[in-house]
Amino acid sequence: MILEVRNLTKAFGGLKPVEEVSFRVMHGVILSIIGPNGAGKTTLFNCLTGIYSPTKGHVLFEEKDVTGKKPYEVTAKGVARTFQNIRIFGSMSVLENVMIGQHTRSKEGFLSAVMKTAKFRREESEIKSKAYEYLEFIGIADYADADADSLPYGDQKRLEIARALATEPKILLLDEPAAGMNPQETIELMKLINRIKEWGKTVILIEHDMKVVMGISDRIIVLDHGVKIAEGTPKEIQNNPDVIEAYLGKEDIF
Amino acid sequence: MFFQQIINGLTVGGVYALIALGYTMVYGILELINFAHGEIYMLGAYLGIIFLGIFTAMGLTQYSLFLSLLLTFIFSVTFCSAYGFTIEKLAYKPLRKAPRLSPLISAIGVSIFLQNYVMLTQGATDKVFPHIMETTKIEFFNATMTALQVFIIVTSLLLMSLLHLYVMKTKTGKAMRAVAQDKVMASLLGINIDRIISVTFIIGSGLAAVAGLMVAMYYGLVNYYIGYIAGIKAFAAAVLGGIGSIPGAILGGFVLGIIESMGAGYLSSEYKDAYAFVILIIILLIKPRGLLGKSAKDS
Repeated sequence: MILEVRNLTKAFGGLKPVEEVSFRVMHGVILSIIGPNGAGKTTLFNCLTGIYSPTKGHVLFEEKDVTGKKPYEVTAKGVARTFQNIRIFGSMSVLENVMIGQHTRSKEGFLSAVMKTAKFRREESEIKSKAYEYLEFIGIADYADADADSLPYGDQKRLEIARALATEPKILLLDEPAAGMNPQETIELMKLINRIKEWGKTVILIEHDMKVVMGISDRIIVLDHGVKIAEGTPKEIQNNPDVIEAYLGKEDIF
Repeated sequence: MFFQQIINGLTVGGVYALIALGYTMVYGILELINFAHGEIYMLGAYLGIIFLGIFTAMGLTQYSLFLSLLLTFIFSVTFCSAYGFTIEKLAYKPLRKAPRLSPLISAIGVSIFLQNYVMLTQGATDKVFPHIMETTKIEFFNATMTALQVFIIVTSLLLMSLLHLYVMKTKTGKAMRAVAQDKVMASLLGINIDRIISVTFIIGSGLAAVAGLMVAMYYGLVNYYIGYIAGIKAFAAAVLGGIGSIPGAILGGFVLGIIESMGAGYLSSEYKDAYAFVILIIILLIKPRGLLGKSAKDS
């Protein structure tokens, strides 16, 4: 088990976007979190990554309590994420974006950078070649030197995944990666997520596109109004009457 | 006359640019106009007088002027960086999630506090900075340039290039740029935001200390209120160049310095302080985001 969430609640005044949610994630699986808009999916992600500190409950990463840790500390432990909207560093090059991701995994000082010591150059070229590897893995290495905001939309989304991978996470959280992608890009994305899984990473996905969710998930969690209403394999979820009623409203959506 | 004013302009411009960098870096990362920044510059000048006094009493100045000057710079910079670091922790950090006006008012409070603190401890009268650098003059094109002017221009340019290298090349510099663009995303990539903010204040304050020391050497007189007008002008320089932009602050500082000395030379030195602001208003009317400012800000 890589991640355990215990009775997690996040309250904003009287509003509880996440309420008493518990689940476990096994190593190396793809887990999807689905639910109608406002179900608390992104709030849950924010609690897992340290952007929000939960009101109640615990987040355990590899059996260690990481509840309330700051985002950079959570990242250092091995959790990375992307956002629904694109948040690349537009004025930096594609390569630099990925290099930033390796921030916690490298160390170098001002003097060694200015003096260009041998050690600095070695580390710098290591970081660069690693960044290239991530870009190749994602398939956008050809644009390494381009300004990040000059990439087309789908590539920007993939760059965000490359940058998240560069932090060397054990768990990758993807918030609606398929949003805004055309069918072809979506198929590519599904292949990419499967390759990330084959690489030994655990993936947690928030996604509205049911083709993606049903096509690649090992397990699915359904949230509704902040509460977990179902958990299981894609098959089980598709046949769960609670999910069909509460989340889908009508039976013939799948 | 023309070249003379250019030289004078570059000298004060370099100083404005050094102070403006502190404004622009803090604004770039926190979107805060740090009104206490001018006081750090003033503290740098006072600390210079104090440390140089100590070194003279110790006999170090007579032994090696270069060494005592170098140590004076190092100590002033260190102390001012410590001031900047502490001010951020005490007066701005607790207000980071407050409405944007709150840290601004806090900055004005820090500024008033520091002015009065220096007035009470150092006295309200002018302090004289010892005249230590011999006035070797270089003459060309009917203009004269003192060794001190050369020193100020060279030091400013050197520090600016070092800052540029730092921001563009080092890991911390890249992290600073990332934090300036998107704090939440930067922290999710493993960057400690608090640390980057502290580094920004430390560097900005160090640059202001150097500026304060050089001005004290240049004009020879220091008072507790010099931070106000210098701060306002450097802030104007940062806005002129496009606040948040490091090259903008450098350009803005030099443009402001040259306009000021041209105005003082060709028109009248009575209105010296006004020319800079007239030009600022004109440029902002044409380019509201400053000379090198981004045309549209995201986020």
